[in-house]
Parts: sequence; C-alpha cells; structure tokens
Amino acid sequence: MSEGKGAGQKARPLSPHLVGGPHILFWRWHLTLFCSILHRATGMFLYLGAIVGAAWAFSLASGADAYGDFLVIIGSPIGKLFLIGLTFSAFYHLANGVRHLAWDMGEGFEPKTADTTAAAALAFGAAATIAVWVIAALSGGL
Amino acid sequence: MAGYRTPLGRARGLGSAKHGVGHFIGQRVSAIALIFLVLWGVDSALALAHADYENAVLWLRSPWHAIFSALLIAVASFHMQLGMRVIIEDYFQRPSTKAALLILNLFVAGLVTAAGVFSILKVALSGGAY
Repeated sequence: MSEGKGAGQKARPLSPHLVGGPHILFWRWHLTLFCSILHRATGMFLYLGAIVGAAWAFSLASGADAYGDFLVIIGSPIGKLFLIGLTFSAFYHLANGVRHLAWDMGEGFEPKTADTTAAAALAFGAAATIAVWVIAALSGGL
Repeated sequence: MAGYRTPLGRARGLGSAKHGVGHFIGQRVSAIALIFLVLWGVDSALALAHADYENAVLWLRSPWHAIFSALLIAVASFHMQLGMRVIIEDYFQRPSTKAALLILNLFVAGLVTAAGVFSILKVALSGGAY
C-alpha cells in the first residue's frame, strides 16, 4: 500500500475501485472488496434500469401500440434476463447501501462484522430476487 | 483551515472545491428515500407484470401511484447522477474526456427525469395517449 513519498508522509488510502494499470489491484482479494466492487457494478446497471423505467412511462404515454412494443421487448428472453439482473441489482444495492449508511454512523467496521454484513447483503439480494420471480411466476405475470 | 494550504496551492486555486459535503449528504438522503421508493417500485412492477395497456393506464391514474412513480424516477435520477459522477471522476483523468462524460451524465439524468415525470403526468392527467 505505501508508495514512495517523503519521509513521514503516508500515501493516501486508495479506493478498492482504483487500479494501478491493467489487472493490478491495490487491495488483497476479499469478500468485502468483492461487495464494494459489486455495489458500483450494480449501481451502473441500475442506471440502465432507470432509463428503461423512463421508457416504460414514455411508452405508456405514447399509446397502446408503443406500450405493446415495450412489453414485447421487455417480455423477450433477453428482456427478462435484463429484468432479473435489475431485480438483483436493486435488492443488493439497497442492502449494501444500508451497510454504507451504517458505516457513515461509525458502525460495522470490525472485520468480523463487515464480513457478516457483506455475506448478508449478498444473501438478501439473491433471496429477494428469487422470491420476486417466484411470485411473478405463481401470479401468472411472466 | 486555509492555513494548511501552501501559498502555491492557494495561488493556483487547486485543492478542495468545498462542494463535497453537498454531494455526500445528497447521496445519503436520496439513498434513504430510495429504500422505500425502490421497495414500492418492485411491488408495483409485480402488480403491473400482468397488466395490459388499459390496466396500466388505470393503475397510473391513481394519485398515489402517479406521485410515487414520479418521486421514484426523480430521486433515482438524482442519486444515480451523483454516483456516476464519482465513477467518471475515478477513471477518467483527461480533462476533456472527464468534462464530456460529466456533462453527458447530467444530460442523461435530466432527460430520464423529464421524460419519466412528464409521461407519468400525461397518463395520470389525461388517461393515456389522448
């Protein structure tokens, strides 16, 4: 971590998201590191999701034909795969976001706690995604 | 605090722009709002999964549905614009590229908000494409 700086000067702590070139990670691989990167990745995916959400409203406002086209695209296999990814992204980003809010209050930094909450965020994301899609399938929404 | 900065740093005007706190708080407050709005959004998406055009229009004409839909799209756009800004600032150091992407990010977030909120209001107030 510490790079060559002046005597008594510490290198600034680097974000786990920053890399020192192709394939060079500053941090040792760990569950909490994975969760941190996944938070950013799911955030970027949700950015696309918001665009699709606006497209949903836009197609509804454009009439029955446009809305029918939207349903065809979103109901296609690729569309459904996108929605499953979006469901996981929403739930995981939400759960991991709560971890961030706790850290902002100074809580949850102990290594064991951080590991546990990291695993919990992943588990919540997966379980809630499965639950939503099972409900969708059972209620005939697929 | 100004005493900690070197005369050269002060002369160049480099260093903290003193706008970080607004970003930090905005990101967190919108996150808290989105906990509720996103859970409501998932529940609504499930309800709309088997709705045809007429049912979807009827759904969005309900005042609370229109209000929360508009809030979800507006707060999410605000939150994602802040998040994407950090990502762009992390990975793009070249000033021209960084500026272009930051502006594009603002335009996309603004367009998502405007298109989303306008469309919701149009359906809610007029009952669809009329």
